[in-house]
Amino acid sequence: MAADIRPKRPFRWHIAIFLAPAVLVYTAIMILPLAGTLQLSLFRNIEQHQVFVGLDNFRTLFGDPNWSVNFWNALRNNVWFFIIHMLVQNPIGVMLAALLSSPRLRFAAFYRTAIFVPTILSFVIVGFAWKLILSPLWGVAPHMMDLVGLKSLFTPWLGKEEYALTALSLISVWQFVGIPMMLIYAALLSIPEEVIEAAECDGITGLSQFWKIKLPLILPSIGIISILTFVGNFNAFDLIYTAQGALAGPNYSTDILGTFLYRAFFGFQLQVGDPNMGAAIATMMFLIILGGVCVYLFLVQTRLRRYQF
Amino acid sequence: MTTKLLTALLLGTSILGSAGLAHAEDVTLNIESWRGDDLAIWKDKLIPAFEAKNPGIKVVFAPSAPTEYDAALGAKLAAGSAGDLITCRPFDKSLELYKKGNLADLSALPGMENFSPVAKSAWQTDDGKASFCVPMASVIHGFIYNKDAFDKLGIKVPTTRDEFFAALDKIKADGTYIPMAMGTKDLWEAATMGYQNIGPNYWKGEDGRAALIKGTQKLTDKDWVAPYEELAKWKPYLGDGFEAQTYPDSQNLFTLGRAAIYPAGSWEIGLFNTQAQFKMGAFPPPVEKAGDTCYISDHTDIGMGLNAASKHADAAKTFLSWVASPDFATIYANALPGFFSLNSSPVKMADPLAQEFVSWRGKCKSTIRSTYQILSRGTPNLENETWVESANVINGTDTPEAAAKKLQTGLDSWYKPAK
Repeated sequence: MAADIRPKRPFRWHIAIFLAPAVLVYTAIMILPLAGTLQLSLFRNIEQHQVFVGLDNFRTLFGDPNWSVNFWNALRNNVWFFIIHMLVQNPIGVMLAALLSSPRLRFAAFYRTAIFVPTILSFVIVGFAWKLILSPLWGVAPHMMDLVGLKSLFTPWLGKEEYALTALSLISVWQFVGIPMMLIYAALLSIPEEVIEAAECDGITGLSQFWKIKLPLILPSIGIISILTFVGNFNAFDLIYTAQGALAGPNYSTDILGTFLYRAFFGFQLQVGDPNMGAAIATMMFLIILGGVCVYLFLVQTRLRRYQF
Repeated sequence: MTTKLLTALLLGTSILGSAGLAHAEDVTLNIESWRGDDLAIWKDKLIPAFEAKNPGIKVVFAPSAPTEYDAALGAKLAAGSAGDLITCRPFDKSLELYKKGNLADLSALPGMENFSPVAKSAWQTDDGKASFCVPMASVIHGFIYNKDAFDKLGIKVPTTRDEFFAALDKIKADGTYIPMAMGTKDLWEAATMGYQNIGPNYWKGEDGRAALIKGTQKLTDKDWVAPYEELAKWKPYLGDGFEAQTYPDSQNLFTLGRAAIYPAGSWEIGLFNTQAQFKMGAFPPPVEKAGDTCYISDHTDIGMGLNAASKHADAAKTFLSWVASPDFATIYANALPGFFSLNSSPVKMADPLAQEFVSWRGKCKSTIRSTYQILSRGTPNLENETWVESANVINGTDTPEAAAKKLQTGLDSWYKPAK
């Protein structure tokens, strides 16, 4: 008989109470707007009324060449934007962190600050400053290239279809290289002395010590940085908008999903905004980012080896 | 004790205040506008001139920021708190307000007869039957040139295309000046100061524009491709790195005296007068042969309408009739050189450059930008596509034919002209 009597546990109110602030705030400013966007993308404005149209907006987005060409172009550009960041920003960030953590480096604190400063600058300042630096008329770039005899290599990068996107990606890299640097730097500092000393006892020093000991230990941090870069790049908008305008010229060559969404949602010049199509594009951006993050969480992160000290 | 006293005082003032209001019989009209820049002109010149003639009506000019204007106005109209007079954006934005019943029909307003059909077209229903805003000002396209440079090189002001290109060649050969200050980075310069500037001469102004809306002409027709062919020829005369030259860059290049010709809109006059240290002149887009009829883009930009929910509709109509009068036109056009009155009666202006621009109305035929009425309602948006394609043509990434074909295909995808 005694087995039937289960001790009745009181409902643990404190869990709900402690969770409440975060859940409420997060729901109000993240989950509700997200649900609102998803809902908006299933409706269409017909004769001043919102009418439920199912997936018609997505059919238009992918089926109507007026939309699909722009969408794929924006996605392609966005992928290139991401590739440049992965190939340039993150390796440079790791390299800078490795240099900074070297005990023989002097003025490390100064370099650290100097490299991190652009990250906290406003996009508007960065976009405008680089537009001036690269200006063929009054920019310092053509002048400085002239000083070292490379004037012939200068072209108006931001105005050429084939270079504009790469140039903007590199500007963005310049701005954000401080973030991977800081994260990797912190990871490098957290490697215990004993591990390094053990490596030295085994005769592993210098570069091979970096490749064989430190790099495997900071891989989880690099993974986190990659996913942060991915999310940041596919949500990017500000830099392109400030440097190239909403039409992302020349000839849409710098159009990424963010600028495409902006034009569709808010409209531009004589184009009237279409919140429903805009929401459809926003939904696609959400799904792309969700997909990328899932791939990382389930395929990459589970295989990363963690070392406990 | 003090709070009681304060309350009593506040109550007292509020009663006195309302008593004061009730006493005055003046009607106060509020103007909604995005032209915050014009605040001083309204306050110091226009409103006193009106109030002096119309005792009993007070006018308050209450502008909001240009980027917020449309949204703020929409919200105020919905809430019923919008001003009595509403400054009208051209074409679809105001048409939408009229259709929603926010703007009153002004077709019968005394003074409307002072405007030509082209001037009124920006604030009419598609069939032209109802007008809902009084046209206030337009901007004219043409070319502003550096007179000192022309004198130094011995160049006459070009009137035909051959003379125009001969002048450009001469400036380029001399090398002191960049022949033409224009960039393609901001895209709209190429479309607005390029295509819409020289285009009307090819498509014969209103005739071509109306035919395009009717569907009897297409953007791929010779008259519409030819301006692109001319634009493509501009490339060698633009400055180094024009692909990354922005609109302020072009303005600075010209006002610093480094460029000889500036494809312009008349709104530049005010700024150029204060910045340029040399003498300036202007000429209309050159025609093919001497003696050909010339056409200019005289683009309607700003108007004023009546809030249908206004409590003082009669006073507001008195004000609008005054806006339609030559009196208003004279004060406005002189205070803002480059924004020309659309009034049919000629307006005396003091600024020589503005005079030159407006004198073309006498010898050329006026039209408005081809893409603004009706044709930019769908996706892809013809105006925005014209920006991109005009820049492409100058950059050499698209041939004139390819650009025209893209524009027509985009337009065909949603625009079915009424047969």
